Amino acid sequence: MGGLSIESVSGWGRRPVARAAVERPEHLLLPRDGRPVVARGLGRAYGDAAMPATPGARVLETVRADRVLAFDQGSGRLTCEAGLSLAEVLRIFLPRGWFPPVTPGTRFVTVGGCVACDVHGKNHHRDGTFGAFVERLVVQVADGRMVECGPARERELFLATVGGMGLTGLITEVTLRLQPAESGWMLVETEPLAGLGAMLDGLRDAAKDWQYTVGWIDCLARGATLGRGILMRGRHATRGEAPAGPAPEPKRLAVPLDAPEWLLNPGLMRAFNTGYYRMHAGRPGGSARIVPYQGFFYPLDAIGGWNRLYGRRGFLQYQCVVPRAAGAAAVGRLLERLGAAGAASFLAVIKDCGPESDAYLSFPLEGPTLALDLPYRGAATEELVHELNAIVIAVGGRVYLAKDAVTRAEDFARMVPRLAEWRRVREKWDPERRFRSAQSVRVLGDPA
Amino acid sequence: MKAAVVGGTRGMGRALARLLAERGDAVTLLGRDAAELELSARDLTARGARGPVATGHLDLAEPDGFGAGLDAADHAMGGLDALVVTAADFAAQKDLERDPARLRRLLDANFTGTAVLCQQAAERFAARGGGTICVFSSVAGDRARRTNYLYGSSKAGLSVFLEGLGLAYGDRHVRVVCVRPGFVKTAMTAGLPVPPFAGEPDTVARVVLRAMDRGTPVVYAPPIWRLIMLAIRMLPRFVMRRVRF
Repeated sequence: MGGLSIESVSGWGRRPVARAAVERPEHLLLPRDGRPVVARGLGRAYGDAAMPATPGARVLETVRADRVLAFDQGSGRLTCEAGLSLAEVLRIFLPRGWFPPVTPGTRFVTVGGCVACDVHGKNHHRDGTFGAFVERLVVQVADGRMVECGPARERELFLATVGGMGLTGLITEVTLRLQPAESGWMLVETEPLAGLGAMLDGLRDAAKDWQYTVGWIDCLARGATLGRGILMRGRHATRGEAPAGPAPEPKRLAVPLDAPEWLLNPGLMRAFNTGYYRMHAGRPGGSARIVPYQGFFYPLDAIGGWNRLYGRRGFLQYQCVVPRAAGAAAVGRLLERLGAAGAASFLAVIKDCGPESDAYLSFPLEGPTLALDLPYRGAATEELVHELNAIVIAVGGRVYLAKDAVTRAEDFARMVPRLAEWRRVREKWDPERRFRSAQSVRVLGDPA
Repeated sequence: MKAAVVGGTRGMGRALARLLAERGDAVTLLGRDAAELELSARDLTARGARGPVATGHLDLAEPDGFGAGLDAADHAMGGLDALVVTAADFAAQKDLERDPARLRRLLDANFTGTAVLCQQAAERFAARGGGTICVFSSVAGDRARRTNYLYGSSKAGLSVFLEGLGLAYGDRHVRVVCVRPGFVKTAMTAGLPVPPFAGEPDTVARVVLRAMDRGTPVVYAPPIWRLIMLAIRMLPRFVMRRVRF
């Protein structure tokens, strides 16, 4: 039947909001009408990546196309429809000893979305992005053909589709390699670090020996304590290290309504950030703990609808990466600018990325990446993002489209040296720009 | 369980077939679209169904083919002790009102075809010592409403048939489960206004699986719909005349 329903949609940051004609088919197929369309998975992109290009335009939600088409227990090779979520991958395959090769900070994302955003995780320094584990994609391109592509077949289409934000075609099927994991438990060490330099050194040091590294930083700390935070390093626990039984699901809480804006005031944010730092700083340093994977990878998944904590006006998530050479100085400037703006945020996440991928629009490049939330307070918040972007552009960095809601087209062009190559491939497969989103109108100048 | 599922490629049937597969039951998918059946069979096999999941042709509009469909399932699984029918025809009332051929097709599939299939299965199960027949009817069959009595009457007939089937074959160990889903968010109901207490396919499937295991004759899903329909059944006719739903 494939009925359309007219709904309000937004990104995870809950702004902007627009009406869309949403279709949720059980078998992914482009509508025959030839009109513009954007694919959407579980809606965890923060900004406008999965928003209709114009109000009322078609959004193809993939979550009901979630069949597992093949799995090889020997090699961990999984073929699935694009709407299968990482939560389902974990539920089905972790008991059989397999884990997603790369995971972002939530498991409520679809495999298709992971490809389109070329997501990265705490293991980027060692394993690269999600796309590095993709062997084959089936993409329905603008003229309706189903095209198979991969690292060695239709390579250009593959490199343009991985990280291509759904703008080269409809990703319908994905074949990827899962990684073996002996248990659902993680061996984790945490270490408090007193400043930004120590944090960046700590991340690089940990990268040598640990599969997963990440830092949580108190982005309200100023002066000598600027960039202080908690370094976390972890790896999958071996069968011998893990407690008996599967890692228990955390109790899920839910945010029942939009929080009032006064709740997230700078005072409370400061108290939270300081409290979090002290809590970890008080732990005996360097001692390893065994924790369930859910808490290590997905701390916020335990709070259903946590995005409502930022109130009705929503929030922006800002994530950038800067080249290693620019490193501490650039991140320091970003933190100082944020502090001066009094732009309160819960903890910011910092991570040291490894080499960039061959995919033209893939976000990570070798150097530190910083991610944080900015409660939306109107034009001033957008202006702050433009200022942060200026700092990032000056050192040759870039922002992450999966998070972005406000970056200007001219700024984006200056961030992405391979944009022209990507545009050329897209032109070949979708000259009419059938695949477009609110984000592609904004950052790529697509017709509205 | 060795279950033949008619309608297992989509919606609530897909969700129920997955629960069967994930706990290691054997499943055969019966239906009309061979390509879709094959994709769903691969899904169920990967999720842990006992033995590879086979597929076979069965169209509720072609009763002559029912025997062959059941035979195929029986053969593929080395036995057959459960039949699940979630497949049904659905259309908006306005499309049925003025198109007698369309209306007849819906009534034929939802009542005649489904009843004939289940009757045939009941005879087979009874001859072999028992089995479970689980069929998705609808709360729309509990009380006529002006806006969907055409679809509703096909389900009302089906509900009465299933009640009788359970009574007639109970002492030969054939258990009949009549599922009456309320509004469930599936591709079938996409585009319709979503009422309060709308359910998700997964939740419905869990309720139905428990009912199959216990042999519950009538199950509402989500369960709140039992109370809602109790209240609606008690409304006097003059109230039903006035309300527009």
